[in-house]
Parts: sequence; structure tokens; C-alpha cells
Amino acid sequence: MAIIVDTSTRVLVQGMTGRAGTFYTDQAMRYAPTYVAGVRPGRGGTKHLGLPVFHSVAEAMAETGANASFVSVPAPSAAAAMIEAIEAGIATIVCITERVPQQDMGRVKQALRGTDTVLIGPNSQGILTPGQCKIGVMPTRDAMPGRVGIASRSASLTSEVLASCSRAGLGQSTTVGIGGDTLHGIGFVGCLERFREDPDTECVVLIGEIGGREEEEAADYLAAADYGKPVIALVVGRHAPPGRRMGHAGTLSVFGLETAEQKIARLREAGVVIAHDASDVVDSVTATLETA
Amino acid sequence: MLLSEFKSKELLAQYGVRVPPARLARSVEEAEAACATLDARKYVVKAQIAAGGRALAGGVRFAATPSGVADEARRLLGSSLVTEQTGPQGETVSTVSVEAALDLEMQAYVAFARDPDSGAPLLLAAAEGGVEFEERARAESNLVRTLVVERDDDAARADVADLLSGLDIDGAAAVDQVFAAQLAFVSADMTLLEINPFARVAGGGWLAVDGKVALDASALFRHPEFEALAADPGVFLRDAEAQKNNINLVTLTGDIGVVVNGAGLGLATNDMLVDAGGRPANFMDIRTTASSFDIAKGVELLLEAPEVKAILLNVHGGGMTVCDTVAEGVAFAYSRANRRPPVIARLAGQNAPWGLQILKDRKVPVEVFDTMPGAVARVVELTGGAR
Repeated sequence: MAIIVDTSTRVLVQGMTGRAGTFYTDQAMRYAPTYVAGVRPGRGGTKHLGLPVFHSVAEAMAETGANASFVSVPAPSAAAAMIEAIEAGIATIVCITERVPQQDMGRVKQALRGTDTVLIGPNSQGILTPGQCKIGVMPTRDAMPGRVGIASRSASLTSEVLASCSRAGLGQSTTVGIGGDTLHGIGFVGCLERFREDPDTECVVLIGEIGGREEEEAADYLAAADYGKPVIALVVGRHAPPGRRMGHAGTLSVFGLETAEQKIARLREAGVVIAHDASDVVDSVTATLETA
Repeated sequence: MLLSEFKSKELLAQYGVRVPPARLARSVEEAEAACATLDARKYVVKAQIAAGGRALAGGVRFAATPSGVADEARRLLGSSLVTEQTGPQGETVSTVSVEAALDLEMQAYVAFARDPDSGAPLLLAAAEGGVEFEERARAESNLVRTLVVERDDDAARADVADLLSGLDIDGAAAVDQVFAAQLAFVSADMTLLEINPFARVAGGGWLAVDGKVALDASALFRHPEFEALAADPGVFLRDAEAQKNNINLVTLTGDIGVVVNGAGLGLATNDMLVDAGGRPANFMDIRTTASSFDIAKGVELLLEAPEVKAILLNVHGGGMTVCDTVAEGVAFAYSRANRRPPVIARLAGQNAPWGLQILKDRKVPVEVFDTMPGAVARVVELTGGAR
């Protein structure tokens, strides 16, 4: 078991024939053979990387049974690609595209309303269930199967934490990069809900940072739920000067400052174990699992 | 892409938002001459910098006469304003806006941003406004009312009118102004539109006395005009130069140059450095689209700064940015540099050994550490920052 993607996932790639799409699809296919199709309007009927290419997502789903889409489409058309996949009724979308305009994401979020589609991203590193399925660009060499669930807002820091966990023998059930943009699909709460239901996940690591509301929402959710599994959080940006944009998503001043200290305090109140810095995550997880 | 106040209001006016008459001046003479073209009994001179907190830093000054306007312009032009958003080096004032100072009967607050949940335009409004309001609103979250305003139709107008009248902002004119702002927000791909104060003036009517607009840099591909709009006294020059090279650079006040890939790892590195008693000279996030030439440019900007005594290079190579790309960039910058401060390097993940080999082969003065805490402790020791 795992969350969102596993060996039963059948992935199609929107934008597979592009340069980035080709490169990242090839890497992901070599990692796990869960890829079944590519979509490129106008190139239906051809083959790429040994996979059949279709004109549309709906056609690819009907022909191959694909249930997840990897969107590697340039920013100007990324929203249209996501909306096409949502309208075709796909279960999971992973969008790695950076710099999708906010207005376009507004339309994507409107299309998501009332559907069961799970969107990961945009500007996401993707999702990785070690040994089962990878969608996106997450590095796999340092990942190993296990029982730690990870949800993160940051790509490079995830690679760091993931590698240190594996070195310490802490494998991962699933790692989800929720993406660094203000407007995105699944958040920490969505990941927490799924990790809770997953029997293979023993504890959850959240990697957060200044700005946005993800950490606060996770704290509210955990405070209200009898979660039943330990949650460890690293929130970076404690020493970022206030008012200046460092990190990912900025927000409006009147929404509150969303400092790392405030987020840490909220999470701690909700029973979350706080890792002091990036080098402290493994010790925090190990200590928490020993006492649990 | 934060715009100056003048450009913000000029853009808003194109969509029907009412703004006070104003003229932009680059010199004392232009400022004084601007008064003759304004229908005003008194004036306000406003420093044009693209950062908030301007009024509290003395960047907004009132004058009763054209010669008073000249005096205030003389005081502001060429001076440096330090606000909580500019960073310690402040921002030099190269232009001022001369405006008619109006008698304000009521000051309120109106803003648009994207609702993080629905992604739709979100109206924020409050019954008070002005310089100190933002501070208070952060502390008391119930001061600001919010409403998703997705379209402009009778139902939406009725909802907005309800919300406004609950804040004592009455009348169809105010509703019209809010929808003009909503049109601007959507049409010009803004990520933030803040009107503070949204004011009722003597003689009637609501207008945007001050305005702050942030454009969505990601929407540049469909708005070629953005480039000209944002070419303004804005971000610190060095940071802007880095931005052009796919590197997010924020200049700080310390002596340790920091080169990191990714925003999260950058923040994590900054935290560890400060905890260990070090003083970062900058925050850097190498975007995944940066080439080694871009990275060389970013490193050069640090090497050019005399206060930088050592460089901390912390890279975790991943699917998109690999270690050798970053090492190439560092080596390239050092090969052209006059000054070669020591590099304390921690490279991990994709192609880390290759990256380290490049640094050594190219004679970069590098000391290598396996862990982040090890590298951080060494660079703090080198710069004498440990307490």
C-alpha cells in the first residue's frame, strides 16, 4: 500500500513528445513500468519512447486504461492540459510545470470543483512511491521503500530529507511534493488524510516554510482529529527577514505574517513533533517512533 | 512584479478606477512645475519606490505651495528610504509623484487577491484604512471582510453592496469602483491589488488615494507590456540582475555568500547559519531553469561584493538541478573573478562526486564537507561569526 500512486497506477503523459517530457518520462519509465501512453494533439497514432501516442486524454484513457496523468506542458498551455485531464475524469494529475499564471490556476481549480480528481502541483516535484511508481521529477537514487510518509512544499529540501531518512534506514511509503505555488492542488491536509488511511504509513513528515496557510491548516486538522499516527514537521525560514519575499509563495500583508515561529507554535500545539533544522529530521523521526 | 504607486494607479485608471490627479517628477524643477498643471489647493509629494511601509519611513510629504513641493522633492529625490520591505540598504528615490491632496471624509481599505481555496478573485474590504491600518489588521483578523467576486453581474453586485454597506461604505459609486478594480485585477493578471486608503472625498465619490499592484510575472508571455511597467525603481539592482539569470537573490547584511539550489533548501541553510552564529550576506535560490552560465552570474554578483568573506555552497542535486551544473557555474565565476574568497562546499545527491571534481580540477579554493552542519560550522568559523 501507499498513497495516491502504486503498482496499479497507469500513467499517461501530456507533453511527452517535448524535450523535457521525453527526458522525464524516460527516467520515470526506467524506474517503474507504470507508463502506458502519451498525449499530443495532432500526433495520435504515432509512438514515442515505445508508448502509443493519442490525440486526447479521453482517447488515451479509453484505449489504455490510464488513470493518472503526468503533465509536462509549457506554462502557457499547462492549465488547458490539466483541465482536459480533469474533464476526462482522470483520478490523479501531477503537474511539474513552473510559472503557471494564477488566473489560469483559478480556472483549473474551478474545473476541479465537484470532481474526484486529485491534483498534485503545479510547480511540483511530483510523487514517488518507492519501488512502485514515480510521477514527476523526484530523484529516486536516495529513496527506499518503508513506512515514513512525506509531504513537502519544497523540492531541494525534500531530496535532502529523503536522502537522510534512507541513510538512517527510514524508508518511505510515499513522498508527495505539493508544489511551491500559492494556488495548488492537494495540500498538507489532503496528504495527512490519505496517510492516515494507509496501513503502510507509520508516521508522517511535513516539510513546510514561511508564507501561505498550509501549516496552519494542517495544525487545525490535526488538533481536531484523533490522528493516531505521529507527525513530525520541519518549518524553514525562521531567520528570514520579515516583509521580504524569500521562498515560494507570497501572500497579502493583512492575511497575517505567517512566520515560521507562528507556524511552529500552531503545529506544536496540535501535537506535532518539531524538527529544529534540516539535519534534525531523522533524529526527530527516530525518537518519535521509539516512544510511540 | 510589484509596481510603484504611480504606475499602479495609472494602470488602475485604465480600467475605470478613479485616482487623484498626479504628475511624475524626476527633478525638483519638474516637481515644482507639475503643480501648475494640477487643479489643487494643496499638494502631496510621494516617493516612488516599489516597496511597502513608505509613509512610515517619511516617503509621503504634504506641501501647501509649489515652492513647498520643491522643498519636499529636494528632500526626497536621491535619498534612500529604508522600510521593512526594502532591506537594510534601502531603496534610492529617483522619482516622486506630485498629487493633489484631497480632503478625505472617510478612509477604507479595498484589496483583491486570489482565494487560496477556490483560486477565484477574493475581495478584501475594511471600514478603516490608512498607514497604520495594515499593522492593526494583521493583529485583529476580524477587521477585514472577504468575499469571492468571480464575475460582474447583478447578483455579485448585490453581494458586494451588502458587504460594503456593512462597513459603512455606501452608494452605487463605491460598488462601481470595486468592480472597476476587479476588472483590472483579472484583465491585467494581477496577483495583488491593494487600495489603501479607498477614500470618500469632500464633494462626493470614492477613489483610490494610494494603490499597490503586483503583476503576475508568470503571465508575462501574454502581457508584453509588463516589462515596461515593471522597469521602475523597484527591486535592489543586484537582486534584479540575478532575477534575469533565473536566480532569486535577496541581499542581506552579513559576510557569508550563500549559493543554494531551491527555495526550501535556501531557507533551511539560512536558518542553520544564523543558529550557528553566522551572518548570511544573501538568500539565494537557484531556479531549476538556471544554466551554469546563469549560476556563474549569480556567484559573480556575490564575489563583487567586498563584504563577502567566504562562500557557502550547499547543493542537493535532484531531478532538475544537478550538482555538476552548479559546480560549473561556480568554477566559471571564479575563473573570471578578481577576488577568490574560500568556498565551503557540501554537495549531495545527483552528480555530487562529479561536481566536486569540477571544483577541484578548476582550482576553486574549496573545502569539502559531507554534511550541512559540518559545512555551516566551518564557514562560521572562517568568518569569525561564532559566538
